[in-house]
Amino acid sequence: MLNHTSLTTLLLGRLTWDALPLHEPIILYTFVGVAAGGIAIFGAITYHRLWGILWRDWITSIDHKRIGIMYIILGLIMLLRGFSDALMMRAQQAVAFGDSAGFLPPHHYDQVFTAHGVIMIFFVAMPLVTGLMNFVVPLQIGARDVAFPFLNNFSFWMTACGAVLVMMSLFVGEFARTGWLALPPLSGIKFSPDVGVDYYIWSLQIAGVGTLLSGINLIATIVKMRAPGMTLMKMPIFTWTALCTNVLIVAAFPVLTAVLALLSLDRYVGTNFFTNELGGNAMMYVNLIWIWGHPEVYILILPAFGVFSEIVSTFCGKRLFGYASMVYATVVITILSYLVWLHHFFTMGSGASVNSFFGITTMIISIPTGAKIFNWLFTMYRGRIRFELPMLWTMGFMFTFTIGGMTGVLLAVPPADFALHNSLFLVAHFHNVIIGGVLFGMLAGINYWFPKAFGFKLDAFWGKCSFWLWLSGFWFAFMPLYVLGLMGVTRRLSHFDDPSLQIWFEIAAFGAALIFLGILCFIIQLVVSFLHREELRDVTGDPWDGRTLEWSTASPPPVYNFAFTPIVHDNDTWADMKKNHYARPQAGFIPIHLPKNTAAGFVIATLSAICGFAVIWHMWLPAAAAFAAMLVAVIVHTFNYDRDTHLSADEVRKIEGSRTALLAGHV
Amino acid sequence: MSSESASPADGAEAPRYYSLHEHHPENGTLLGFWLYLMSDCLVFACLFAVYAVLGRNYAGGPTGRELFDLPVVAVNTSLLLLSSITYGFVMLHVQAKRLVPALVWLGITGLLGAGFIYLEMREFAHFIGNGAGPQRSAFLSAFFTLVGTHGLHVTFGIIWLVTLMVQLVTHGLTPANERRLMCLSMFWHFLDVVWIGVFTVVYLMGVLT
Repeated sequence: MLNHTSLTTLLLGRLTWDALPLHEPIILYTFVGVAAGGIAIFGAITYHRLWGILWRDWITSIDHKRIGIMYIILGLIMLLRGFSDALMMRAQQAVAFGDSAGFLPPHHYDQVFTAHGVIMIFFVAMPLVTGLMNFVVPLQIGARDVAFPFLNNFSFWMTACGAVLVMMSLFVGEFARTGWLALPPLSGIKFSPDVGVDYYIWSLQIAGVGTLLSGINLIATIVKMRAPGMTLMKMPIFTWTALCTNVLIVAAFPVLTAVLALLSLDRYVGTNFFTNELGGNAMMYVNLIWIWGHPEVYILILPAFGVFSEIVSTFCGKRLFGYASMVYATVVITILSYLVWLHHFFTMGSGASVNSFFGITTMIISIPTGAKIFNWLFTMYRGRIRFELPMLWTMGFMFTFTIGGMTGVLLAVPPADFALHNSLFLVAHFHNVIIGGVLFGMLAGINYWFPKAFGFKLDAFWGKCSFWLWLSGFWFAFMPLYVLGLMGVTRRLSHFDDPSLQIWFEIAAFGAALIFLGILCFIIQLVVSFLHREELRDVTGDPWDGRTLEWSTASPPPVYNFAFTPIVHDNDTWADMKKNHYARPQAGFIPIHLPKNTAAGFVIATLSAICGFAVIWHMWLPAAAAFAAMLVAVIVHTFNYDRDTHLSADEVRKIEGSRTALLAGHV
Repeated sequence: MSSESASPADGAEAPRYYSLHEHHPENGTLLGFWLYLMSDCLVFACLFAVYAVLGRNYAGGPTGRELFDLPVVAVNTSLLLLSSITYGFVMLHVQAKRLVPALVWLGITGLLGAGFIYLEMREFAHFIGNGAGPQRSAFLSAFFTLVGTHGLHVTFGIIWLVTLMVQLVTHGLTPANERRLMCLSMFWHFLDVVWIGVFTVVYLMGVLT
């Protein structure tokens, strides 16, 4: 009997039927909805016999373009989840006044705001940014793929598996109730004994491996694989921002890995790093996690700056104003982002001189950022601006982000921060820069590069609806939070007593509803564009009269990107080529060397997710088995020496010939 | 927009905007692996920082001075430093394309690494047996984590080394295998450098106070 019990414990740990949220109607209905949707998609794929295609062309693909697209799809799906959380919070805060407790009990509400933050940063913003870099960077530098194509596939699946773990926490067990950084001692075993924080730790650790490896991959790609002639100061600005972002990733994510590992030791082994007893120090955690966390926000915003730079120069038909200053501004921001982490907790009480140092470095960051804004404005000045969708998002960004930046400088003043710390003013500030900067940037980028990825443009009407709803929705949703924050309302509350505050929360909820419509219009835009893809077709490969190399190849690009490696003479290579009447090569094709697809990345990542799930639930036997299987899978993969294949000159001629015919038919 | 790009090529001079021959960018493996090592270095930097902050928080428990047995640690350190030299011999033979001596020195390197791990495990077991486990105080938490993380790296290095020996036997000194040997070499020397930091900061300075 005893043996039986201990075996069950080894196999199932603390996982019991109680882990299923059968008593919580909101989650139950969500589960039914998700399950129905999942079964419908599963059925549709089976019915249309798409499993083979899905497996061969996508899941095992090591083509950087497809991996980039998969990252963006992951980010958009997770946006729906993260935004559902946002809607629930806005609705709760709009109604939970006085006698009304609202519809979310605190236990659930705390999970919602934690999941919202974690999902939006790690599983929406990061996949969107990484996806865009993956898709665009090799095309912009004239390369066939990234430096390590297999690693790229593995990185994606690690990120996706992290997202899967977060989603599982919704239906099996629960998520952390600690806020998105899981600060101890609240996140320690004493105050969070359940599985929530463990879901948090392991989903971020698994996704973090993917992020780190993709950072290394893209640095090596940009350093080693640029086309001949492309010196560093001839790189497109987006590639520059991608380089800086990936340097930040490689220099910041190990800190997150380390600090989460220490937290898990506290929780699993009983060590005393961040406890209140036996010499532990919780502020160590706060310092370390912000040493990662502050660079993280620049990891997200720098590529968005790169997107806007490309767009402004393309849609004004001009070379970017102040290219060199743009590069230096990016590099300066990269360095400064490591010298400001303490501004997230001026209230720690580290003394006037330390706080002044970090306050001043924080204010200095606004100088290179301001230089960028002026560069974009001067590029637009006397340019022939075309108000296409990407340009609309860019201008929406410039208005919105500048306000967010200014409230940031306000928060950088330590005495002001003492009053505003952890208030809704702060919440409004970082949504102002992350939505107005990162999210607008990613939507601008998706609208800009979509025709390159799929061969047809996105519908302009629904795109404009989406843009205006997002923009106005943002202002309605977050300006009231600035007001509330100045009045002293703190963040993460699920109930209020003062009825005079309610009107502001109602306005914010109205804003969230507008954003909901904006997201709806974006989905409609995708569907309508797909249905009208023949009218929206781009046969030239250059739908916007672009200026960088990615527009010189077909839309969608062939698997090898460029039949011949481009030679670069000027910053805006493709604009230079067009000006000098570049003639597309028609003959003399050579065989092209390509890496083979492999399932190893998918298999190893899946095993790591299983291992993570088992560790979360203390299922030690399955955890050990999954870990051993993972190790074996890695070793087996290293025995595969036959990783390359060739595309014959004949096949290249066929692909290029069909493009020649298409171009001739178009003209 | 790009209609001119469809016009046929004219003239026989070398094209200005593309290369007629396949361009072979430099292999990025060594750079990529170096970047990984630097990221790993940051993990150790964090653990060192944590040790620097918590390393004197004994919470009434044993101190480093009471616990550390320096002669054993000296033997341990010698084993690891020696294994770096023997790995150097491996690379010399690899460059001269001598497979068998390379394998022999790899084996010796692995054994020295295993000896290091054995002595470390013995030390850990001794501490835990005397009630000085990682739960006892923040100092011991930081000690076990820093030293243990290094030991875990050496363990994975040994697994990698054995795998690579098998691959050398089956595939010989191919360019791919030489690249892998070079990566493991960087990894192994990196762990040595980290250990010198651990030896100094944890053991020597621990006994001094």
